[in-house]
Amino acid sequence: MASLISCPHCGARPKEEFTIKGAVLSRPAADAGHQAWTDYVYLRDNPRGTHREYWHHTSGCRRWLVVTRDTVSHEVGFCQDAAAAKLAEVRP
Amino acid sequence: MTSYRLATGGLVNRAAPLAFSFDGKPMAGLEGDTLASALLANGQMLVGRSFKYHRPRGILTAGASEPNALVTIGRRERTEPNTRATVQELYEGLEARSQNRWPSLDFDVGALNGLLSPFLGAGFYYKTFMWPAPLWEKLYEPFIRRAAGLGKATHEADPDSYEKSWAHCDLLVVGAGPAGLAAALTAGRAGARVILVDEGSMPGGSLLFDTAMIDGMTASDFAREASAELQSMPNVRLMTRTTAFGWYDGNVFGAVERVQKHACDPASHLPVERLWRIVAKQALLATGAEERPLVFGGNDRPGVMMASAMRAYLNRYGVAPGKATAIFTCNDSGYRLARDLEAAGIEVTAIVDSRPTAPPGYRGRPRVIANAVVCQTKGNKSVSAIEVLHDGRSETIAVDALAMAGGFSPIIHLACHRGSRPFWSEENAAFLAPQDLKDLRIAGAAAATVGIAACIQEGSAQAAAILSELGISCRPAALPNVEAEEESRPAKPLWSIPGIKGKAFVDFQNDVHLKDIGLAVREGYGHVELAKRYTTSGMATDQGKLSNVNAIGLLAEARGVSPAEIGTTTFRPFYTPVSFGALTGAHSGYHFQPVRKSPLHDWAAKNGAIFVETGLWYRSAWFPRGGEKTWRESVDREVVNVRQNVGLCDVSTLGKIEIFGADAAEFLNRVYCNAFLKLPVGKARYGLMLREDGFIYDDGTTSRLGEGHFFMTTTTAYAAGVMNHLEFCAQALWPELDVRLASATDQWAQMAIAGPKARLVLEKIVDDDISSAAFPFLAAKEVSLCGGKLHARFFRISFSGELAYELAVPAGYAESIADILMNAGAEHGLQPYGTEALGVLRIEKGHVTHSEINGTVIPDDLGFGKMVSATKADFIGKVMLEREGLKAADRLRLVGVRPLDPTASFKTGSHILEKNAAATLENDQGYVTSSAFSPHIGCTIGLALVKRGPERLGEEVVVWNGLKSEYAPAILCDPIFVDPTNERLHV
Repeated sequence: MASLISCPHCGARPKEEFTIKGAVLSRPAADAGHQAWTDYVYLRDNPRGTHREYWHHTSGCRRWLVVTRDTVSHEVGFCQDAAAAKLAEVRP
Repeated sequence: MTSYRLATGGLVNRAAPLAFSFDGKPMAGLEGDTLASALLANGQMLVGRSFKYHRPRGILTAGASEPNALVTIGRRERTEPNTRATVQELYEGLEARSQNRWPSLDFDVGALNGLLSPFLGAGFYYKTFMWPAPLWEKLYEPFIRRAAGLGKATHEADPDSYEKSWAHCDLLVVGAGPAGLAAALTAGRAGARVILVDEGSMPGGSLLFDTAMIDGMTASDFAREASAELQSMPNVRLMTRTTAFGWYDGNVFGAVERVQKHACDPASHLPVERLWRIVAKQALLATGAEERPLVFGGNDRPGVMMASAMRAYLNRYGVAPGKATAIFTCNDSGYRLARDLEAAGIEVTAIVDSRPTAPPGYRGRPRVIANAVVCQTKGNKSVSAIEVLHDGRSETIAVDALAMAGGFSPIIHLACHRGSRPFWSEENAAFLAPQDLKDLRIAGAAAATVGIAACIQEGSAQAAAILSELGISCRPAALPNVEAEEESRPAKPLWSIPGIKGKAFVDFQNDVHLKDIGLAVREGYGHVELAKRYTTSGMATDQGKLSNVNAIGLLAEARGVSPAEIGTTTFRPFYTPVSFGALTGAHSGYHFQPVRKSPLHDWAAKNGAIFVETGLWYRSAWFPRGGEKTWRESVDREVVNVRQNVGLCDVSTLGKIEIFGADAAEFLNRVYCNAFLKLPVGKARYGLMLREDGFIYDDGTTSRLGEGHFFMTTTTAYAAGVMNHLEFCAQALWPELDVRLASATDQWAQMAIAGPKARLVLEKIVDDDISSAAFPFLAAKEVSLCGGKLHARFFRISFSGELAYELAVPAGYAESIADILMNAGAEHGLQPYGTEALGVLRIEKGHVTHSEINGTVIPDDLGFGKMVSATKADFIGKVMLEREGLKAADRLRLVGVRPLDPTASFKTGSHILEKNAAATLENDQGYVTSSAFSPHIGCTIGLALVKRGPERLGEEVVVWNGLKSEYAPAILCDPIFVDPTNERLHV
């Protein structure tokens, strides 16, 4: 029915503007091996509690976001631009 | 005797009579009436038949919880079944009809079900009608469904409009009774943004029928003054006729505003209902409490009513329940009704009080029978007497109305919508809302607070606490002076009543009676969730608003535990039924989804196009000409004309994406499986995009218009998906790449000009040299048109296999350029062609679309194996493409197929079998992905995915259509039926 996502670019917006891709996973290197790639493409956790997902602000700024939400309470926590998240992960 | 309108009193407008009808009988009501109060004023106590036993039923409540008085109102396309007469405002000309009776309400054949009742107890359909089994579906179930039921919806389309809206506030107050009004006033005066919603037609809640005096005013005048002050505040929005039906994540509340449900002829410029999503920083529930029925024999007979409802009809609507009323109570609240009835001059025959003694302070005239219970009512279609048990004997008392006061249950539904459970309070004899809810508080009777003064005080105090949390300062307001009878604390609830005779109903709407609850416990369905499903108590349109707490109390007694141990069933939205119209909003009919039209739509329309819906797009499918009787004639002509002369096709619906940046080439190199890094400026290339699992995702041509500027085209269907995918790759996977993306699908109109004479036509309007030497196959560049009047993008690419170009012009110039081309091409036989001809041309040339790229194919399956780069370090899909199964020898691979008999044909989706093989799953060799009649070949041709296909060219097979049991002998062939050496492309 309703829910609001705090887009770091657009502010609080209704969830209908967003498209969810799924868990935030790190894309393996091309030589990471078959197991790593099978995990990346097919295997997903179904966590109880905190979950980090890629959300696309499809009907807004069209940025991909990393949204942290709680699968039990539905609380939406930290929302970060996916590019910023990836670059922060690479730099340190 | 029956109910009637008193000569004076109430908030109804006696100067404004309203005519209405019930079951065709003309009646008169007053402005301010509900349908229920008007029916009672007309002495109509029988208003419906019950769900299962077809028992006569009357009006039980004066509000949203009504289980009995469900009627169908309106006529033809505005027919609305299951309308609660207790909340439907009366309007001039309202037509109401009773439900679930045949042939008439007074004489209902279905009432015979009452005789069958020993067979119709809880879970009866699991136990009876079991044999013979086939009869269940054919006879028993249809019969039971017909006999049991509510109103019938109309099949006609809804003529009215609906809309949806968002609202934002600091404080949402739900319920405009004493607590809600006080809270809204406190917050409004402090300057907070307040929304106050109330389901009623006027604010006030219980104040509208209470006899208390507040600051020297009647309670209803106080409510009117308070709402007038709220309405004068610019920071307060007071919404009546608005039910908050659900509490959702993020403190968002769903509410439905009945804008014109009280109007005979709704104004067409307004919606009849408006669905609100209200985002509240904080919310306060001041939703009041629901009075509980008492469970005794015949407690469903018309004339039996909730005590508080009787007060509402008496004080707000000026309607008397009868001439001789009895009150059955287990607490002090029944005495308030007695006092009001006495004041109105209506005889109170007896007050039957289950407690050992009457309240010590009671000085009224009516006879009080303490330590007594009503064990049954008597009467035909309305109550005529009650049987009272006291002092070990039974006494029959003649009455024409009976009020029941079983205590109050706070209305806490919204507080429980987000997963928290209510808890049982022994002290308050009620389930209370879960505590410590985030951003939601409860005040007034909803928090089990008793008395108007205390509710006002609490509403104001809760609002002040909320304001301080929001950082808004507020001065403590002086509380009004309330003169009202002192209210006592709730008494011990009375669940089971001794000496009951006849059916004692727990859930009126579902005809669940006391014995059903006992049966559920005995048969092992004593858990509250199981008992609900086994007995159906608490289901249907009222969701057990009256019955649930009684059912829990009775379950607790039967199991010998406290109601705390039983707990409640899960509260879910919606609080009251919400129409599909309101949920749909404006998205119906023409507005169900947007229509996308190509910039060349009008051009196509004036050239006679027949359009076809593809997703949201309307694409020109073919262009019939005089004398052509079938679509095939038109399509064949268009195809032949492209092969012999030249055709023009609108391909604007293809997805178009501008890609800029220093790393744009590297980016494309990673998203396509073939190489793009070294694509020269001024060249187009066919690109194949894989999914990460190695299967093909989409295809299209991408042209390099500058060192750091590419122009990508996608298929029509996947335009949005590819854009999302590229954005994901650029932002989430490789943010270090310097690349920027912009969708340009709607900005460019694109035309394919195909056929051996294409260049002759284009030379007339393109200023640049487009000779084959200057502009060879796969050239791409910006050109000038019509003597420099317009710049366009020009590509030498071909989907048809002919000499062909695509010309992209800014969308606004689409029609004029197409007109110019049509004029220029007239002498060369230029004709428009549509998507049907486009399809035939590409099948003849063996080009694939999403019919072939169906999620199961990898590049090699389509003969694109050599395109996949072996040297690139990485690209989307590279690793998974190496899986063993994707290299299997017997994969389905692309071939052509044609019938042995040129007059035979086959359909797309047909399966391929070996010659003489039976049509079994094991023998399946593959299937036809695309098929068309080819004017060029002179027969039906097809593309097919067949096991080891390319190795089997020349093999005779059978094309089998299992839907029609058709077998067509055919031969597998090269998928390229036209110009396999590509000579035509290069002329």
